[in-house]
Amino acid sequence: MSKSDKLIEVKDLRVSVEETEILKGINLSIHEGEVHAIMGPNGSGKSTLANVIAGRPGYSVTGGDIVYKGQSLLEVEPEIRARSGIFLAFQYPVELPGVRTWQFLKSAIDAVRKENGEDELSVREFDQLLEEKRNLVEMDPDLVKRSVNEGFSGGEKKRNEILQLALLDPSLALLDETDSGLDIDALRIVSHGVNVFKSPEKSVLIVTHYQRILDYITPDFVHVLVDGRIVRSGDSKLALELEEKGYEWVRESVGEEVNS
Amino acid sequence: MADQKVISRQTGVEDSQYKWGFELDIESDVAPKGLNEDIVRFISAKKKEPEWLLEWRLKAFRHWTDQGDEAAPKWAQVNFEEIDFQDIIYYAAPKSGDDAPKSLDEVDPELLEAFDKLGIPLEEQKKLSGVAVDAVLDSVSVATTYQDMLKEAGVIFCPISEAVQKYPELVQKYLGSVVPYSDNFYATLNSAVFSDGSFCYVPPGVRCPIELMTYFRINVADSGQFERTLIIADEGSYVSYLEGCTAPMRKSHQLHAAVVELVALKDAEIKYSTLQNWYPGDKNGEGGVFNFVTKRGAARGENSKISWTQVETGSAITWKYPSVILQGDNSVGEFYSVALVNNYQQADTGTKMIHVGKNTKSTIIAKGISAGKAENTYRGQVSILPGADNARNFTQCDSLLIGDECGAHTVPYIEVRNPTAQMGHEATTSKVNDDQLFYLQQRGIDLEESNYMIINGFCRGIFKELPFEFAMEASQLLRVSLEGTVG
Repeated sequence: MSKSDKLIEVKDLRVSVEETEILKGINLSIHEGEVHAIMGPNGSGKSTLANVIAGRPGYSVTGGDIVYKGQSLLEVEPEIRARSGIFLAFQYPVELPGVRTWQFLKSAIDAVRKENGEDELSVREFDQLLEEKRNLVEMDPDLVKRSVNEGFSGGEKKRNEILQLALLDPSLALLDETDSGLDIDALRIVSHGVNVFKSPEKSVLIVTHYQRILDYITPDFVHVLVDGRIVRSGDSKLALELEEKGYEWVRESVGEEVNS
Repeated sequence: MADQKVISRQTGVEDSQYKWGFELDIESDVAPKGLNEDIVRFISAKKKEPEWLLEWRLKAFRHWTDQGDEAAPKWAQVNFEEIDFQDIIYYAAPKSGDDAPKSLDEVDPELLEAFDKLGIPLEEQKKLSGVAVDAVLDSVSVATTYQDMLKEAGVIFCPISEAVQKYPELVQKYLGSVVPYSDNFYATLNSAVFSDGSFCYVPPGVRCPIELMTYFRINVADSGQFERTLIIADEGSYVSYLEGCTAPMRKSHQLHAAVVELVALKDAEIKYSTLQNWYPGDKNGEGGVFNFVTKRGAARGENSKISWTQVETGSAITWKYPSVILQGDNSVGEFYSVALVNNYQQADTGTKMIHVGKNTKSTIIAKGISAGKAENTYRGQVSILPGADNARNFTQCDSLLIGDECGAHTVPYIEVRNPTAQMGHEATTSKVNDDQLFYLQQRGIDLEESNYMIINGFCRGIFKELPFEFAMEASQLLRVSLEGTVG
């Protein structure tokens, strides 16, 4: 598995929000074709990790580095990160009143294409692509005519995120609690979208509280994040063990290690 | 394509955000500065006006002098140095305008070229498709396109000075019937010195086959522009009218005090759209147009409808309240507005809906955007008079703030004198949200474009009220006006 190239490496990353340290030295490497899951209790910092990789303002990186495709990301604007293949599926996709979903999707795909020296898609080409990807996530065709996420149900918003993932076809997909609030059908659809995206060149980082989504998307690695540190890493069995024993179990076992 | 040209007016001063700021090189016939009875007579004589109109002007002038400068309205939330009304040129006309051209072929080619440069092609082969344009430069109308097609439909669309000659009974009947000469300080001034503007009459049962447009341009330095527009939609008729405006960049302020009167008779509908892009002044608030305008429509007949849509991005100061008097039973009044202010611009704008007839209905949707150090005020009045049974009004005012040095204010006046009225008022104030910006950026869209998309979305409900080409241009105007507001 390690024969493939390293896509992203998080090195001893420390991140604070308003003086409070959230991430306390994270190390994580993701190679091409790998699916990693970060699990952890609420407030452990797992969403922070995904957002910092995507370049969300409001976080200060106080130490360490994030190296993506061989280059440090720390000084790179969020839109440039996006165009170079980093995609964040949001935990809470925002509503954009008056911004038509169709227009938004086309602007996004054209921005990425332009960065790669490609021409903008014609309306016809884009409509064909959109139709194909929309079917993948079983999204109501009327939704693309409406304002972005405005009046969408929770499930529709998440499916819209996966539609964007499918359209933009990035190198690294960061799924920030994409499973939260989804019923079983929506979870199945969303997972299917991610599984179609997966390939030997693409990598996925799933941030989740529950093991549930990992029944649908099998991770190669599972990391448990507690209080800003990765306290345990393993394969997909770790997720099942966590589900069975709860986060207290990791906390306790970590405590034991620290104490001993 | 001619209409594409309007959408991307890629002419003008390069390193400035105001792309319409160049001066047209046109020789002009200019009256001496200052205002007195002789100037009023001079204007009237230049226009070869009948006696009644001169008398009306003089009445207005005397009313204006009698009340003095103190009568200038002070209640608006705008600050500016007192205007010296004796330091303004009240009449400026392109030289060639003296012998008015009979057809476009006779229009001075330099003038045509000048308007072409502004993105308003007037020549027959390049005309805006589906839009009849009346071009007004400083004090006179220089050309009106599509005359033949309009004539066939029986629609009169011409400079008001020409209407005074050709259709005096129509002009005399309706001029001042919605905005009387004594209405307010600036309307009174306009009544005394108005130079030109557009006149439109749509006969009974006629649906005007094309959009009518007047394009206003202030060119001569230190000149004021005082146009007067009068639109009459006779019984069962329909007309859609557009107005666009620009001015050169100048260090001094220019005064624009227009009056627009609309009359809709039984079952008639008038749709009036404005893209106001007068020079807003520079980044430090120097220069720019004072836009003090009185616009009012009388929905006079049963089931008549008047709809105002305005996109206000220009002017140093905007003071205007396009209003509807809902006289006819079941008449409808609408006001859709986007007012954007940046740098040191000030806008105090809104509407008045005066419900007189029964079952009258009005809708007000006003979107204010403030950036830089600018101040934006929505001021609106809704009055339900005693006889207006079952009147309904819905008002929505949304303000959007960009940065933390600008201001947004909402001042609604509501007067209900009939207990059957139904009123609704909603107001919101918001900032462009960081989460929204990041969401767009995370999809590869840069910060400036993201900002534009959010603000354009905020205005979309208004833009969709505009005719298609105008909606595209409104979006472009918004983009240009927003340049440099983020980052």
